[in-house]
Amino acid sequence: MEKKKLITDDGIRYDGRKLDELRPIKFQIGTLKNADGSAYVEWGRTKIIVGVFGPRESHPKHLALADRCRIQALYRMTPFSVEEWKSPAPSRRETELSKVIRESLEPAIFAEFFPRTTVDIFAEVLQADGSTRCAAISAASLALTDAGVPMRDLVSSVAVAKVEGKLVLDVMDLEDKQGDSDMPMALMPSKNVITLIQMDGLLTHEEFIQSVELAKRGCMEVYAKQREALEEHFKTVSKEEA
Amino acid sequence: MTNQIIPSVKRRQIIELAESGKRTDGRSLTDIRRIEIKTNVIEKADGSATVRLGNTFVIAGVKFDSEKPPFSDSPNEGVLSVSAEFVPIASAEFETGPPDENAIELARVVDRGLRESKLLDTSKLCIIPGKKVWTVHVDIYILDHCGNLIDAAALAALSALLSSKMPKSDVKLRVVKVSGIEAEKISEFKVGGGVSEGFRFEEAKVEGGKSEEFKEISVEKAAEGYVPIPLRAIPINVTLAKIGDKLFVDPSLEEEEVMDCRLSVAFAEDDQKQEKICAMQKGGAGTLTPEELLRAVEIAKVKSQELRKLIPGGGR
Repeated sequence: MEKKKLITDDGIRYDGRKLDELRPIKFQIGTLKNADGSAYVEWGRTKIIVGVFGPRESHPKHLALADRCRIQALYRMTPFSVEEWKSPAPSRRETELSKVIRESLEPAIFAEFFPRTTVDIFAEVLQADGSTRCAAISAASLALTDAGVPMRDLVSSVAVAKVEGKLVLDVMDLEDKQGDSDMPMALMPSKNVITLIQMDGLLTHEEFIQSVELAKRGCMEVYAKQREALEEHFKTVSKEEA
Repeated sequence: MTNQIIPSVKRRQIIELAESGKRTDGRSLTDIRRIEIKTNVIEKADGSATVRLGNTFVIAGVKFDSEKPPFSDSPNEGVLSVSAEFVPIASAEFETGPPDENAIELARVVDRGLRESKLLDTSKLCIIPGKKVWTVHVDIYILDHCGNLIDAAALAALSALLSSKMPKSDVKLRVVKVSGIEAEKISEFKVGGGVSEGFRFEEAKVEGGKSEEFKEISVEKAAEGYVPIPLRAIPINVTLAKIGDKLFVDPSLEEEEVMDCRLSVAFAEDDQKQEKICAMQKGGAGTLTPEELLRAVEIAKVKSQELRKLIPGGGR
């Protein structure tokens, strides 16, 4: 594959963004009727729909936890979401991402309120253009809120990459493929604690510290958009009920 | 494992001890348990190693397998494939069946360390460009689970790779001339050699044959002879557990049971002794403050330098 030049000399990225600029992000809450809570996100060309069921009876029952609610997350990609057809069978990547997505949301949920129950989080990636786990986490925390699951905080997530020697915020697919590193991070913004951190690629210690700083700023921007979507949603809900 | 109710008395005891810098097994918070690495333990493998990290016991084996290049965009590159099995022999908590999310996560974390450090020069694993490359299978078996499987597995995988010898390849070209619908077998012959001898498909001269006519190619490991495996920067993985507000290097099973979360960081050092972070993974449902994250990486860096000295050629 021929490499494209991704950043111009004046620091403009392939899709016209500045180095520290997010793609256009649009959250929509309550998009599904059957799920207890749901959210749809368009994050650049990344499109993900998240549905939340529960707290509901654990199935199978022996998996129920005596002292808290069991959180399950399932991250899946549709076969048409990527360039080449992806087998619908779960890949090792999807299994790992399901685990880290669950672990990034779990700290925000008051699981101890609902012992012996389960909350299921299903994230279906309809189109993937990089940062899908970050988009899924951010949308899932809105879907959880929509389901009325008590939360300590929202979870906001974004990825920072090193591309052509520069750190860039909110990695799209092309940058991920050609870049030197990718570091997805998730934050509970008002608690200022990290719930997801992964990294691959080569970074110096100094670059890593800068990446964390940039990711934190990005997460705060995502947080603002999540709050906006929540306010918008509950405005319409209260109108409907009135 | 995370499904167990956290023994809160044990957790409190561990946190209280940590206040005075101690641990239940007598270590300091930054001590790594005793490490014992044995290489070439399996003669039939192309590379192998066992690692004991305290009582945690892991074996890794390397096998070379010739395959069609699986990725059309990199027809001249070999493949590294890491998998892990959490077999029931290792713990009463492990069950038979396909790898669960813990085994998959471990394999992928170890894989990222090896891959991102650029340890293996995959371009040198090409046998015939576009036709045959070596896949390097690294299979990790957990034999005794006493905590910190990621570091033990990463060390075992690395040691097994470092001890590996790449087999020489016997390339058999079965030249088939396609005439009409009937394929006519013309000849079958061997081309000795392998990557190290610079064998290239185009260079294989067949009388009266064109390259399009080579329809079947099989590669076998030569009965004798090895070439050195093309290895570069060496990755070292260090895992820390966070319990309360303390960080524990190389957590024991007991510590893992009560931890909030863990952080694994891999460092790679290249020829110029330049040290870089090459992979990172947080595991577990707890949180880290940004300060704790940076402190953990700082500690991991120091510990990785210590571990690097244990690896033959690790500090090159």
